[in-house]
Amino acid sequence: MSKSRVNWYKYAAPVNFYPLAGKMLPWFTGLTIILFAIGLYVSFFVAPVDFQQGNSYRIIFIHVPAAWMGMFLYVLMAIYAGIGWAFNARLASMMATAIAPTGAIFTFISLVTGSLWGRPAWGVYWVWDARMTSTLILMFLYIGFISLQSSIDDTRRADRAGAVLALVGVINVPIIYFSVQWWNTLHQGATLTARSFKMAPSMLSAMLILMGACWMYSIAVVLARVRLIILEREREAPWLVESPAS
Amino acid sequence: MNSSSMISMFRWIVWRDLLLAWRRRTDVLATLFFFIIVVSLFPLGVGPEPRLLRTIAPGVVWVAALLASMLALGRTFGNDYQDGTLEQLLLTPQPLYLIVLAKVMAQWLVSEVPLVLVAPLLGLQFGLSQNTLWIMTVSLLLGTPVLSLIGSIGAALTLGLRAANVLVALLVLPLYIPVLIFGTGAIEATVSATDPQPYLLLLGATLVLALAFAPWATSAALRVSVE
Repeated sequence: MSKSRVNWYKYAAPVNFYPLAGKMLPWFTGLTIILFAIGLYVSFFVAPVDFQQGNSYRIIFIHVPAAWMGMFLYVLMAIYAGIGWAFNARLASMMATAIAPTGAIFTFISLVTGSLWGRPAWGVYWVWDARMTSTLILMFLYIGFISLQSSIDDTRRADRAGAVLALVGVINVPIIYFSVQWWNTLHQGATLTARSFKMAPSMLSAMLILMGACWMYSIAVVLARVRLIILEREREAPWLVESPAS
Repeated sequence: MNSSSMISMFRWIVWRDLLLAWRRRTDVLATLFFFIIVVSLFPLGVGPEPRLLRTIAPGVVWVAALLASMLALGRTFGNDYQDGTLEQLLLTPQPLYLIVLAKVMAQWLVSEVPLVLVAPLLGLQFGLSQNTLWIMTVSLLLGTPVLSLIGSIGAALTLGLRAANVLVALLVLPLYIPVLIFGTGAIEATVSATDPQPYLLLLGATLVLALAFAPWATSAALRVSVE
């Protein structure tokens, strides 16, 4: 069995992760810009006009990736928070804190774009269908996490309290989702679902490229934010005091 | 650790909290009157039309119960935290799960049971039938313990924080949504003459789940908040 040459545990220490994140940051930023440029080009100029919905369907190219990111990032945040809590890994907790605003923003974008799409497609900005309602609740969960962490001054307590809340939230998300779905069938059926039109290959590729762009953007922003969090929390640490961060 | 010491601990905590609540009756009454006032505001807001009132009654009663139970959450651990009792409780050899369960039960008896008892009277004001009133009481009896259990997590997380009352609302209200949906679903089912049983079973299932997991999460949160 060959020994792995990279010692991954090394990068669990903020002192080592800080420069690594700094090195990775330009790459992910570059990928974000390139993918967004290609994705937006394909979605605006290559993808055909939908015969039912005209041009308004193009909103989904940003709506669907944003909705996915909103959900993914919540789970990712809970995993990081849980690791940070269970193994007392400071960096994992910092990652959770850094992910939360990005996830909340994506959830917000998916809500806004969803209602902008709903206006021409359904005739109203908002319907209480199961998917929209549970996305709204997801945003409430993000807001709860962020405001809980920001109202605790002691970072150790903030990390752990956030972890408890995020994990409770993750267990609750499926329950909330199914209850909202039952509630929805009780009240009214969804008038029209987003999946009711077939996708041309160029539409699908535009969406997938923008999906990748959103991933790269999230990674870049989270890395930049976690660097700031490290600077803020470790400002008393010898490695920062002696050699000012480059 | 034998089981008799655990049972006596449980009884002692419940008894103590009930006694403390009795000595501060106005706190309990304030929550109750808040519930009554909120419910009575709705007819004033939407108009006295009986058919409309009958349709909105389940939602109004449940939302008011949610808000009222949230108001009472701060008391679950707040006073004990301030006078240091909570720290002593955390140091006892009895499992923290049990202590939390006892405290939540006392909180439920003090702040939620009065709401459940008053709710049928308010339902009468909304012109609900007798059968509906029964189902409403049953759904509240099954649902309010879940509110106390989930709420205790939020209360434990926000111990001693600035603006803890507002924060607890942000944390806990989204988690209350399933209870709200199942609770109003049961009442609405009787209004529209269908079977309310599935909703009551779902409420029961949430109660069992919350009983199993919530005290555990609350214990973890208490250990985080009191260090």
